Amino acid sequence: MDATKDTRRTALKVEDLHTYFFNRWGTVKAVDGISFELKEGETLGIVGESGCGKTMTALSLLRLHPQPAAQIIEGKIILDGEDILQIPERDMRNVRGPKISMILQDPQTSLNPVYTVGNQLIETLDRRDDILKSDLRKEAEESLRRVRVAAPERRLSDFPHQMSGGMKQRVIGAIAMAGGPKVIIADEPTTALDVTIQLQYLRLLKDLQAETGMGIIFITHDFGIVARMCDKVAVMYAGRIVEEGPVREIFNNPSHPYTEALIGSVPKMEEKTDRLYQIDGQPPQLYALPVGCRFTNRCQYAKSKCVEEYPRRFSFGENHYASCWRHDDSWDKIPSSTKEEITQMLEA
Amino acid sequence: MASSAPLLEVKNLKKHFPVTKGLLLQKILGHVKAVDGVDFTITEGETLGLVGESGCGKTTTAKTVLKLETPTEGSVEVYGKNVHLLKGADLKEYRATVQAVFQDPWSSLSPRMRVRDIISEALVANRKVTKEEVDARVAELLSQVGLHPFQAPLFPHEFSGGQRQRIAVASSLASYPKLIMLDEPVSALDVSIRAQIMNMLVDLQQQYNVAYLLVAHNLATVRYMAHKTAVMYLGKIVEHSETEDLFKFPLHPYTNALFSAALPSHPDILTTEIVLQGEVPSPINPPSGCSFHPRCPAALADADLMKRCQGETPVLAEAAPGHEVACHLYTGGATGSVETTGILFKTGLEAEQAALKFKAAQAAGIGATVASAEDASRAVEASRAASKAQVKKEAVSRNETEPAKGNVETTEAQSEDDTIEG
Amino acid sequence: MQRYVLFRIGQSLIAMLGVSMLVFALTRLSGSIVDLYLPIEATPEDFERMTKYWGLDKPLYHQYLLYMWKLVQGDWGESWKWQQPALQVVLNKFPNTLQISVFTFFISTALGIFMGVFTAIKKDTGWDYVGKVVALMGQALPSFWQAIMLMWVFAVVLGWLPTSGKGEWYEWKYYILPSITLGSWNVAALMRITRSTMLDVLDSEYVKMARIKGLPEWKVTWKHCLRNAAIAPLTLFGGLAAGLLTGSVITETVFAWPGVGFVAIQAVNARDYAVVQAATIFFSAILIFAYLLVDILYAYLDPRIRYD
Repeated sequence: MDATKDTRRTALKVEDLHTYFFNRWGTVKAVDGISFELKEGETLGIVGESGCGKTMTALSLLRLHPQPAAQIIEGKIILDGEDILQIPERDMRNVRGPKISMILQDPQTSLNPVYTVGNQLIETLDRRDDILKSDLRKEAEESLRRVRVAAPERRLSDFPHQMSGGMKQRVIGAIAMAGGPKVIIADEPTTALDVTIQLQYLRLLKDLQAETGMGIIFITHDFGIVARMCDKVAVMYAGRIVEEGPVREIFNNPSHPYTEALIGSVPKMEEKTDRLYQIDGQPPQLYALPVGCRFTNRCQYAKSKCVEEYPRRFSFGENHYASCWRHDDSWDKIPSSTKEEITQMLEA
Repeated sequence: MASSAPLLEVKNLKKHFPVTKGLLLQKILGHVKAVDGVDFTITEGETLGLVGESGCGKTTTAKTVLKLETPTEGSVEVYGKNVHLLKGADLKEYRATVQAVFQDPWSSLSPRMRVRDIISEALVANRKVTKEEVDARVAELLSQVGLHPFQAPLFPHEFSGGQRQRIAVASSLASYPKLIMLDEPVSALDVSIRAQIMNMLVDLQQQYNVAYLLVAHNLATVRYMAHKTAVMYLGKIVEHSETEDLFKFPLHPYTNALFSAALPSHPDILTTEIVLQGEVPSPINPPSGCSFHPRCPAALADADLMKRCQGETPVLAEAAPGHEVACHLYTGGATGSVETTGILFKTGLEAEQAALKFKAAQAAGIGATVASAEDASRAVEASRAASKAQVKKEAVSRNETEPAKGNVETTEAQSEDDTIEG
Repeated sequence: MQRYVLFRIGQSLIAMLGVSMLVFALTRLSGSIVDLYLPIEATPEDFERMTKYWGLDKPLYHQYLLYMWKLVQGDWGESWKWQQPALQVVLNKFPNTLQISVFTFFISTALGIFMGVFTAIKKDTGWDYVGKVVALMGQALPSFWQAIMLMWVFAVVLGWLPTSGKGEWYEWKYYILPSITLGSWNVAALMRITRSTMLDVLDSEYVKMARIKGLPEWKVTWKHCLRNAAIAPLTLFGGLAAGLLTGSVITETVFAWPGVGFVAIQAVNARDYAVVQAATIFFSAILIFAYLLVDILYAYLDPRIRYD
């Protein structure tokens, strides 16, 4: 099992990414030191509530964060072996599309209403050098067929308003994948769709991932999407990843109180829930963050140390980490193999 | 004796919107059958969940109950009085009795009104009250929805989304209503806030014995909050029963597809994904017979059944006690075997149970009458007991049910390269 | 699309009918039409001929039908000041008005939209503030004042440009000052509306999508933004055309530009009623035609209108 995992190449590696906004309230720390790694063919879910910085993380990965209001202060985004924060803006065009791409939330507004679907697809394909001008239309048909759009030759001359939401989101998928990217970021791509259409779309993404071997980052607030789609999860709260790990680990053994509460607060479709666990209060404002753990004011396990110091990462088995002081005294419970790892991590 | 009538009774409700062409001399080309013959009742203190995809008519139904739309046919009765014929004092009484909470707390509260005025508006408009009574009521309501009485003079923009929804709930409760229409009450809120609001709504229901008509697309929300649930498809109710019964033993193929499409709450939960072909057809010219037939996996798997579904419109009728479904699979005429219908169910275990129930229903001669469903109900009780004995996660060992057609795909949520140690 | 165009043409014809009725009613309301149309030195025979000619002894609806019939035939009355048919007077001067209006229209549209896009892209920079000041001045300063100031600075003090009048059509120096006076409001209005819609469009999801695709920035701006941003300014075009025509009355008068507006003012001063009436109907017709054109263009630019 582990052998197969190691052979997969790293598609994207993010190290200590900081994206700050500067406005009249001060510094808004939207993304405040985020690191993760995505292998080819792997699906990572970034879960969090609105305002936790998950969408800003996604935009930063494409260097499309709203400038000049927001700035990437620090960090590395290593895509295909190259730190894209080091390359000049004009060369980013060769990164966006061919190397990394994104599917936005609302299919109703993601397509330009005044151009045909074919026009918008062809202009994307046109950026590739390996397609002859004369073949563009054929290639556009082919890419619509890939996203299972029926009668693509006719659909090309449709305007976006003539299509249903599910169909539009497929077209957007085709556009996002036109450059053959290694990484696709999907920012809540199905929240605007109906349940049965959502299922069709999620299946399509899985199939396309199997065909192309691309890595997918799902930005979502819905643990259901994570359960169905993702291999691993990063839970974000107030600009930072508070817990990350393989998907089953996170569901079976949530180790950060926020993750635990978030999973517990969602009613279940499969069984009767008598009483939902509820997290009281609100997340802190990103321009007035406390020194210590940012979840302290809503946490049932909070103690004085949580206020004083931001918790370090504790390990709970392979690739499963959570930043919470609650586990500070749980050293004995940790298996000896991971103790070594933690020691190494602390030394590093 | 008005109180003997149910709180809300909707009878054969139809709402058709004309589709016109031409700007001056309008020609009616057809009708959007947004709601096409819907019946249900709500009793005091009960929650009815209306679920379905966009365009199924759930919102139009709710609007008609709120008297925001006039029905094309049929009636909406509150305590036996047709609400669309009300005038004068009766109308005021109705307005005080039926209230609503809408989806978006950012647009549903007037930005220029103080919280105090927003909350007391329905009370002042429909009941004779003094200023002191209003103040006392506002303070009481604010604390009941988890806010502070001293926040009454503030404006809505000074509150967060969750707090605004609390204000909206307080405002709907002010006139001691009997029925509150909840239109997607939590879907615009953040995940961690949703639980707060849902719990509060459940608590307030117990306290006030108020009934809810819950319109939602999130099935889990409905399962958590509703006592009874009706599933709508293209303007009609296709299945209607106690919520628990519906979620454990969904009968209609559409309900099954809808449930199978819902996202699981744990990666280990196995689902038979029923990927429906195509999209919901236009409600202008809905398909003949059962409007679900062009997408129905059961009908597509069985040519004889399909013929019947195309020609004959199924009626909502009891297939088991208290469990109504509009589907030819349950009216005895289906030649489709249990094997072909069994594919519709989520896990092998549940498929077995449902098949049992279906067989029992068939054996009982169906006709969908209550009397003949006695055997069926016994079988259902038995399978229910069986299901209780089984803990969900133990049901992992999947019982292979052969997909009858390519459009039903069984997948394990488990990925092949499982890297987690045991 | 065809149906839509036909429908709009029908609407325009109804509007024209309305204008004709209004003009007809106003002439009847302002006293004896014979007194209005005839100069003081007219003889009693003239009066009688006139009464007969306009059917003034017949009932009102008859008079209107007669009036309409004559309008359609091109008989818009006789100007006693210019001693020729009123329609002729207006048509003779129309090319001059058209020259200055079309010139101003194109220059001000191009300038207004360009400045709008430019200030939107350069939002919150020095350029943006300069643009805001220009827009404010263009809309706030009355055009007669602008005209006089421009004349004083460029013609009197600096002597670079002629003070007034019109040369041959290619003598561009005569165009500059009237054109600035006539077009400054348009430039300001277009610039403001283009800037604000452009800002909305720049913030939209499909522009984000265009950038995600890796399109070069010029293509994002000029292909994906401009066409969408152009729809809102287009709604202004009808009003702008109206502004050009009504504005031409003031501008042409101040700069002694021999156009329809200039003639209309002269006719008003001389109480040459036939010409005033002809100019009114003529201006209305052009205005209605302009609105028609804008709506058709609108439908062409936005496929959502085109197909409904």
